[in-house]
Amino acid sequence: MSASMLLLIVLALAAIGFVLGRARALSSAGGDSRFLHSLPSYYGYNVALWTLAPAVGALLVWLVVQPLVIERSASGLIPEDSYAGPGELSLIMSDVRRVADGLDAAVATGVMSAEEAGAVEADATDIRDRLATVGVALGSEVSGATLAAAQRYRSLNATGTLARNVVVILLALTGFAWAYLRTDRDYRARNTVEKGTLILLIGAASVAILTTLGIVLSLIFNTIEFFRLYPASEFFFGLTWSPSFGGGSELGILPLLWGTLYISFIALAVAVPIGLFAAIYLSEYASPRMRGIIKPALEVLAGIPTIVYGLFALLTVGPLLVNVFGAGGVLGVDWMGGATAVMTAGLVMGIMLIPFVSSLSDDIINAVPQSMRDGSLGLGATKSETIKQVVFPAALPGIVGAILLAASRAIGETMIVVLGAGAAARLSMNPFEAMTTVTAKIVSQLTGDADFASPEALVAFALGMTLFIITLALNVFALWIVRKYREQYE
Amino acid sequence: MTDATHPAAAPRPGRASSILEQDARTKKRNAAEARFKIYGIAAIGVGLFFLVVLLFAIVRNGIPAFTQTFIEVEIALPADRLDPDGNRNPEEMKKVSTFGYKPVIEAGLVQAIEAAGIEIPFEDKDDVADILSAAAPAQVRDMVLANPDLVGETVAFRFLASSRVDGYMKGRVTRDSLVRDKNLDAEHLDVADAMAEAGMLERTFNWSFILGADASESRPEQAGIGVAMIGSFFMMLVVLALALPIGVAASIYLEEFAPKNRWTDLIEVNISNLAAVPSIVFGILGLAVFIQIAYLPQSAPLVGGLVLTLMTLPTVIISTRASLKAVPPSIRDAALGVGASKMQATFHHVLPLAMPGILTGTIIGLAQALGETAPLLLIGMVGYIASNYPDGIASGFMDPNSAMPAQIYEWAKRADPAYYERAWGGIIILLLFLMTMNIIAIILRRRFERRW
Repeated sequence: MSASMLLLIVLALAAIGFVLGRARALSSAGGDSRFLHSLPSYYGYNVALWTLAPAVGALLVWLVVQPLVIERSASGLIPEDSYAGPGELSLIMSDVRRVADGLDAAVATGVMSAEEAGAVEADATDIRDRLATVGVALGSEVSGATLAAAQRYRSLNATGTLARNVVVILLALTGFAWAYLRTDRDYRARNTVEKGTLILLIGAASVAILTTLGIVLSLIFNTIEFFRLYPASEFFFGLTWSPSFGGGSELGILPLLWGTLYISFIALAVAVPIGLFAAIYLSEYASPRMRGIIKPALEVLAGIPTIVYGLFALLTVGPLLVNVFGAGGVLGVDWMGGATAVMTAGLVMGIMLIPFVSSLSDDIINAVPQSMRDGSLGLGATKSETIKQVVFPAALPGIVGAILLAASRAIGETMIVVLGAGAAARLSMNPFEAMTTVTAKIVSQLTGDADFASPEALVAFALGMTLFIITLALNVFALWIVRKYREQYE
Repeated sequence: MTDATHPAAAPRPGRASSILEQDARTKKRNAAEARFKIYGIAAIGVGLFFLVVLLFAIVRNGIPAFTQTFIEVEIALPADRLDPDGNRNPEEMKKVSTFGYKPVIEAGLVQAIEAAGIEIPFEDKDDVADILSAAAPAQVRDMVLANPDLVGETVAFRFLASSRVDGYMKGRVTRDSLVRDKNLDAEHLDVADAMAEAGMLERTFNWSFILGADASESRPEQAGIGVAMIGSFFMMLVVLALALPIGVAASIYLEEFAPKNRWTDLIEVNISNLAAVPSIVFGILGLAVFIQIAYLPQSAPLVGGLVLTLMTLPTVIISTRASLKAVPPSIRDAALGVGASKMQATFHHVLPLAMPGILTGTIIGLAQALGETAPLLLIGMVGYIASNYPDGIASGFMDPNSAMPAQIYEWAKRADPAYYERAWGGIIILLLFLMTMNIIAIILRRRFERRW
């Protein structure tokens, strides 16, 4: 019985519980709901909740824990001298899982009987061919240890699943019976149901914390694993980035950080002046009607997915820049070799950030009290003088916050740099050269064929950690500034 | 008599200006004012200019992907080659691979072209078959295996033209650009021109781009975005089914019930920070937690949906809280006053009133998730050729698939102008979806939002 089937059964039980609980409460009051403590349906919800909550909770925990336990037990059967590191072990274990799944598939499709599949250990020679007939392709011959582990995996899995089904259904029935038997005209069903609902609400609110925790833990563990294989000092201070999957790679983060900061700098150099002036014009000069048209139009730029900007950089802006700055271009200079360059990615990212800067600055400029403007205008300042000498200084901290948020967005942006910035890690000052960034390398290190336990793949987690910490610091700082600034004028 | 005897109308000395005539300093200040205003207009102009250029580039480059060049020819299907045993048994006819069909098609094409009175300028006349897509033999083979009785007859086929011929018809490929291309020669284009005149070659709307599956790297003319669209659809189902209830529940707790304490503050700070975490980090989370620890299948829309849910949750929570906050306290007070519990007041009165705002926020969150690419790359939704439609609902969630933005990225990576065209075309479809969703959100807001 699969987990979804089990869930359906529990749900059906809960639905029955609702009907029965409601009926029992009503009959205990002699059919007159005025004698009940709560409204009749609360008694129904009470039974349904007691049926559902413990059973589904147990099911979820079981679904997470069972694979971990089985994995540990099965990997104990692989002799320790047959693999060199955790990487090879994980490869062997994925073979084990595939063999086990293949045997299950063979039983399910009727190629083998259940007994046959269980006894396959004895003649391990033809297992690969037989599994191929059910569509499970194995890379290499199956060794005895792998097969033994696969059998252990299968038997544990079968036992675990059976136990899970029994436990979950028992829990559901117990909850059902417990709540049903307590259903009575004086039972405070509403209070129980509301307490249960509140717990569910708190649980939902905690998902945010769990997500952060998940991010931090998955980054930390893999980063520690990486630093065990590769010295941290070389990662943080190394000047070359040249991963080679054969080993002997140099994984210095500095060229990547340089590329990231350079591209972000160009992006901000495009977005900040344009965004800021647009925000000033919209909030101080534009008529409400003009504002109503232009603001949404600019915000369309923010709603366009980044993959579109990436393609725009690679196929439109890049070739255009080559036509201007490349060999034989309009300017007659030979600065740019290919379409992918820091300038390409930076320019396009700048376009993407314009609405980000302009919307945030617009809000902040609007929050400056009108009395300050009136005072300045009353003294005879022109509108632009008022803006430059009164409104802008007053809004400055908030605008700095907005720019920092934009910077954090630029640093974490992935698709534009993956497509537009190039793949070569370089420490160079020339903005027309291809460089690469932290995010682009996270993608390339994790989407290759690398083994997850090699330093070349694990480095992506260290890069992700660096990225997470930089953007988090920027965000916290920026939000703090913005909040502090808002309070000042409220 | 104290008639004032002011010196009438005598201009005061030392004052060079009047209201009617500006002095140099005022002129300078006014000029600065005008300049400042122009800067603002210029900034807006540049922003709008970029928007127009972007949209223009998308439309101009993407529209050709929606049409495709087809070649219509009648091909004789000789029985001795396609069914050597002669008993029309599909199982035995499967032994003839697509390589066996290729010469049949070549012969048929040469015959048809010569019958139309077009001269074939090649030494080996079979070379002319390069104008057909590499998918042609498989197309004929599938057709023959489905209808074994066709063998021995002459059947009219509608083949895809190769991507180079298609590009030539769309003006993307020129004779000069073919000089360095080993797939096709300029002579092929002469034949194609003549065939177009003879009506054997036509360019029509290409449904298979919208509905079809992805194809291998060498057959751009066959690639479509349909399967990736299904993948995106299943992901959006997961996001909707998880992000809406969890987001609404979390917002109700934070807005209506949460006491002011450390735990609540922690949750609040967490949510605002999660909203600004780079999307790629969510991809790392998905890879580490869902694939490495929980052993969910790689490339599955379920995993993509889970990752995108976590990413969308902050958006949904923030907008839901805003619309809960907009419901005036008098509603709650009235409900509590007639004896409702706090929970009843919230669920029976506040929540329904906040629903339009919540739905708007959810749709915008979904649109954001639909366009997101980076986290999907890390959980393996790229590099995979999405060639099969899922068999059912379960396989739709669990089987490897791609998603629209990931498919577009995949095409952009293939570095073939024909695939670039498809990437742009895919973007048009993606943007149409996003536009529809945003318009629905705006209509919902306009139609149902109440101002208190």
